[in-house]
Amino acid sequence: MLAWTIYSSFIGAALLMVLPRQHASLPRIVALVTAVLGLCLAFGGAIHMGSGELRTIVRVPWVSALGIDYHLGADGISLTLVVLTGLAAVAGILFSWNIATRPHEFFALYLALIGGVYGVFLSLDLFLLFVFYEIAIIPKYFLIAIWGSTRREYGAMKLALYSFAGSAMVLIGLIAAYVAAGSSTMNLMDLSAANFSRGFQMWAFPVVFIGFGVLAGLWPFHTWAPTGHVAAPTAASMLLAGVVMKLGAYGCLRVAMVLFPEGMDVWGIKILWIGSWRDVFGLLAVIGIVYGAMVALVQKDLKFVIGYSSVSHMGFVLLGLMTLNRVGLSGAVLQMFSHGVIAGLLFAVVGRMVYDRTHTRLLPELQQLHLNRTMPFAAVTFTLASMASMGLPGFSGFVAELQVLIGAWRAFPTLAVMTGIGILLGVAYSIRALHQAFFPDQVKTAAPAGPEDPVGNPISVSERFGVWLLIAASLLIGLFPGLLLQWIVPALQGPMFEALKKGGNW
Amino acid sequence: MSWVVPSLWLIPVLPAVAAGVIALAPRRCRRFASGAAIGSMGVSLVLSLVAFMHTVGLVSRGAESRQVFNFTWFQFGDKVLPLGWVLDPLSAVMLVMVCFVGLLIFIYSLGYMAHDDNFTRFFCFLALFAGAMLGVVIANSLLLLFICWELVGLTSYLLIGFWFHRPTAAAAARKAFITTRVGDMAFLIGMVWLYAGTGTLLFYDAGKGCLETTAIHSLVMRATGVGMAASTGISLLIFLGAVGKSGQLPLHVWLPDAMEGPTPVSALIHAATMVAAGVFLVARVYPLMAVTAPEAAPPAIQAPAVAVAGQTERAGESHGATSQSHEGQHGGAPVSTALKVVTWTGVLTALFAASIAVAQTDIKRILAYSTVSQLGFMMMGLGAGGVAVGMFHLITHAFFKALLFMGAGSVIHGCHEEQDIRRMGGLKAFMPVTYMTYAVGMMALSGVPLLFSGFWSKDEILHAVQAWPVSSLPFVLGLAAALLTAFYMTRQMAYVFFGPCRLKHSASHGTHSKRAESTPHESPRVMTVPLIILAVFAVLLGFFGTPVWPWFQSFLEGRAARIDAGRLFTVGTLGLIGLSTLVVFGGIYAGWRLYGRRPPRKAEAADPLEAIYPEGYAVLRNKYYIDELYDLSVVRVTHWCGRMSDWLDQTLWAGAVRLVSFGFVALSWLSRLFDEYVVNAGFDQGCRKLITGGSGFSRLQTGRVRHYLGMLALGFVVLVLVMLWRWRP
Repeated sequence: MLAWTIYSSFIGAALLMVLPRQHASLPRIVALVTAVLGLCLAFGGAIHMGSGELRTIVRVPWVSALGIDYHLGADGISLTLVVLTGLAAVAGILFSWNIATRPHEFFALYLALIGGVYGVFLSLDLFLLFVFYEIAIIPKYFLIAIWGSTRREYGAMKLALYSFAGSAMVLIGLIAAYVAAGSSTMNLMDLSAANFSRGFQMWAFPVVFIGFGVLAGLWPFHTWAPTGHVAAPTAASMLLAGVVMKLGAYGCLRVAMVLFPEGMDVWGIKILWIGSWRDVFGLLAVIGIVYGAMVALVQKDLKFVIGYSSVSHMGFVLLGLMTLNRVGLSGAVLQMFSHGVIAGLLFAVVGRMVYDRTHTRLLPELQQLHLNRTMPFAAVTFTLASMASMGLPGFSGFVAELQVLIGAWRAFPTLAVMTGIGILLGVAYSIRALHQAFFPDQVKTAAPAGPEDPVGNPISVSERFGVWLLIAASLLIGLFPGLLLQWIVPALQGPMFEALKKGGNW
Repeated sequence: MSWVVPSLWLIPVLPAVAAGVIALAPRRCRRFASGAAIGSMGVSLVLSLVAFMHTVGLVSRGAESRQVFNFTWFQFGDKVLPLGWVLDPLSAVMLVMVCFVGLLIFIYSLGYMAHDDNFTRFFCFLALFAGAMLGVVIANSLLLLFICWELVGLTSYLLIGFWFHRPTAAAAARKAFITTRVGDMAFLIGMVWLYAGTGTLLFYDAGKGCLETTAIHSLVMRATGVGMAASTGISLLIFLGAVGKSGQLPLHVWLPDAMEGPTPVSALIHAATMVAAGVFLVARVYPLMAVTAPEAAPPAIQAPAVAVAGQTERAGESHGATSQSHEGQHGGAPVSTALKVVTWTGVLTALFAASIAVAQTDIKRILAYSTVSQLGFMMMGLGAGGVAVGMFHLITHAFFKALLFMGAGSVIHGCHEEQDIRRMGGLKAFMPVTYMTYAVGMMALSGVPLLFSGFWSKDEILHAVQAWPVSSLPFVLGLAAALLTAFYMTRQMAYVFFGPCRLKHSASHGTHSKRAESTPHESPRVMTVPLIILAVFAVLLGFFGTPVWPWFQSFLEGRAARIDAGRLFTVGTLGLIGLSTLVVFGGIYAGWRLYGRRPPRKAEAADPLEAIYPEGYAVLRNKYYIDELYDLSVVRVTHWCGRMSDWLDQTLWAGAVRLVSFGFVALSWLSRLFDEYVVNAGFDQGCRKLITGGSGFSRLQTGRVRHYLGMLALGFVVLVLVMLWRWRP
């Protein structure tokens, strides 16, 4: 059933291209139906799978000469991310209900992107995974370059170049692994059992990890993220932050760490307290957390604030991965889900509710508009989303960050303390953005610039649906994290992560 | 009564559910909102009283007075993360206090907020706060406590910023939230550390909890990198959380600003309950705080347990026979580093805040600094005397400080939103009930002897500090703070209730003169009745903790109390009572001499203290310039770091990217040139040769038939010759 999430998305995309062009509202309905279908399939498949252990869904030979299979499968980590993708896809369509220029192409590209993402999360053959990974990059470029806003060509090109540079590194690593393992298989499970030499793993691990890490916003390869997020149309930035960044983190975990577990062993020498690639990436993750938060604190453009907050939050994911213990890893996966939902919500408020109506995202200008009065729904939503983003208990961010912190404390206590500073700065920039954008201090600097309602169109039903969907998801996982952990934890105990257990204090 | 503990969760959940229901109700349902909030709080109060009586029954029977109920929140792998709640004397007392004061303040808000547009929202937040606060009280897991703690902070933020259209209120809300989060972050890290160290966050779990002997012992034995035991490190981090919430130095800056919220909020959250949560937290994790390294005492294995027992025992009997003998007995018992820090923080905060309160002119800010100072006293009591000493002051303070704040609210309401005490005066004639109850609160806070609860609880703290083996300085500083307390409260009373009324006078200078010109009036019944009830309790409560009958102290330790009048007349006790009486009356006399005898005629008149010592007054008036200092240091540095990182992003990383891209472009140019002049040149050359060749051939194409035929003939001849040659015989 899960495999059909991929097929249905691509079928939907194809269908959209051949639909008659007269009806403006037809494409979005088709897209919504496809996305909802995908979400239902994801849920159904997840429930059908039951536990989080690794299972194969489809396996047929594809290029037999090279040992490449069409091999789909899922474990608890994939399930979590597939459900997240479904949620983000539905929400993204709800928030792009007002797309007027070339809606057929927009939604077709959107669904193609979704299909690629589903494919990455479900591939167990590395070649297949790479193909889907590349498929996901192309629609992103067009979505930003055609429907984007601020400096869209620049943002789109930067994003595409970064992505391709990253995937080139991934490809190098994969081919090296393929050759080193005897050029007979691209199957993830077989390759992970291939016993590469330690020296090989030592250079292949960082190459592949950075390759995927680029897309996960690994500092200092993060700069595509803010510009890309800002340039993208609302739905695309929701997807970028919501699922595309997770592609990177997922690749780091599923490919880099699983294939080359010994790459994280100690080097044997220490350079400034850093003694392994694990320390390096752990440190980079924490720098990302603190640095992203600090940059977010001084931004003038609301969307940049959220773009940098994404970098900061993805730092938690990478830090959780580098802890190499069960709490940290399950926290990292939970944080992927949590950030996907919360960042999506934040981008939705800024891009769809505010920008589409006021045509500005600059905090000083928003301050004049008194949005708390003119758009109470957006103000309340943004307040809730900020609360979730700063990790208040009750929302999913808290349980995720707590687990990452517990894991990090065991692995790197100093970094855990620095992370605390990052969380604190997270509160600061969230509150600052919230107050400047929605609850301005200056009471009456000038009378509200425009009419009482800056756009004249109230918050639509589809937006409300999207908001409730995402908030409910965040609250549900915040209150009952066991719902996802019952998938994630058995997956982490599976044979695939066996080699990782040796390295850390599992 | 076995159902009491399992259904304890109802107490916090009821107000929280009420909050949810109110949030969904439309704005105009004012009556429904207030009814739901007050009703849920009433039911919670009844349940709390049942729980309290249940605990009292257990204690009087001498049974184990601590009962817990634990459940699994979520599971990761073979580990589970349980949460739970606990009913012990500590939580029982707090439950009743929070519910009771909360209910009175809810009722009072009916009157105070009657004209506010966002009446329903107010009650929604208030009920949510009550739920979260009650959750903090009954939590049996540090994690659950933290979760509720954060929710409390959130509601506090929402309520301080309730009138967010006022710039000061919005700024104060932000400041409160971020400042307390500084402490919370330390708390969170301490919690993570505790979890890493003991593998559990439950306080009590049948011997496996983190506050029980096994876990604490393992923590004490574990050293950290910086030369202190893990228990000390964890305690200090958790204490930082308490410092943030309870407005202790150096994180006190948010509490006075928090007075921008509506007065009932100040009374409930920023005087009686939430700020006391920090003190409660220290009391809750007291076994962890009090434990000392085993090297200090000979029997290494039992040492932690002994130290814990020693602390609480001394707390309970600090009013006992002779303090000297107790000192002798416990003087050798080591005081843990954490408790030393707690005590010193408390002492310094108590004195520091009391001195600032002397020079403030906003009626609520004076009370706010007084709250900070009293919280310092509580910390001092906890650190030097144990749980019972600090908690007793917490409870009595909750009542009389709520009383004072609600009295101040009544004054502000009666004076048409005037908060400057220099513009009040003579109100005792206009507002008799407020005046009487405020006077009771003021005397309780100052510690007027024998009749008022504040006297007994403060005396207990001073007593404990006097017997503190580490240093005698806190005792002296504590006395000084008590003196200042009496002084600034007298000053406030004199300004507000005595002398001529300066309200009308100031109105002619004021900006909004229209409403202020009407005379002050007494508040409605719905506001004054809670005042009277609280005033009664501000007096009565003291009798539960006198040296003669230390019921409260023994209850908290789970022992039955006995009456012993002899304890009052021992040298140490009586001497201290005499001393503190002297101090209190000294403070009141000084205050009356300066402010009461010749009350200022005009609101603009200089403060008498200012006239005596202007420089010192200015420093106090500006709160030792702490805000400015933070502004210059923390805020600037953070901002600067942010700018730096932004610049890095814009210049360095973007520059690197640009450099790389320039590199690639340059390479592309190179390739292009190579293409043009090397590859292309070869190609072109080849092409040119082709062309030359072609044009050579093309010369053959003359277009003359004669030539073609000639060629044809030539060709034919050649062909024939070749064939002849090939097939020659």
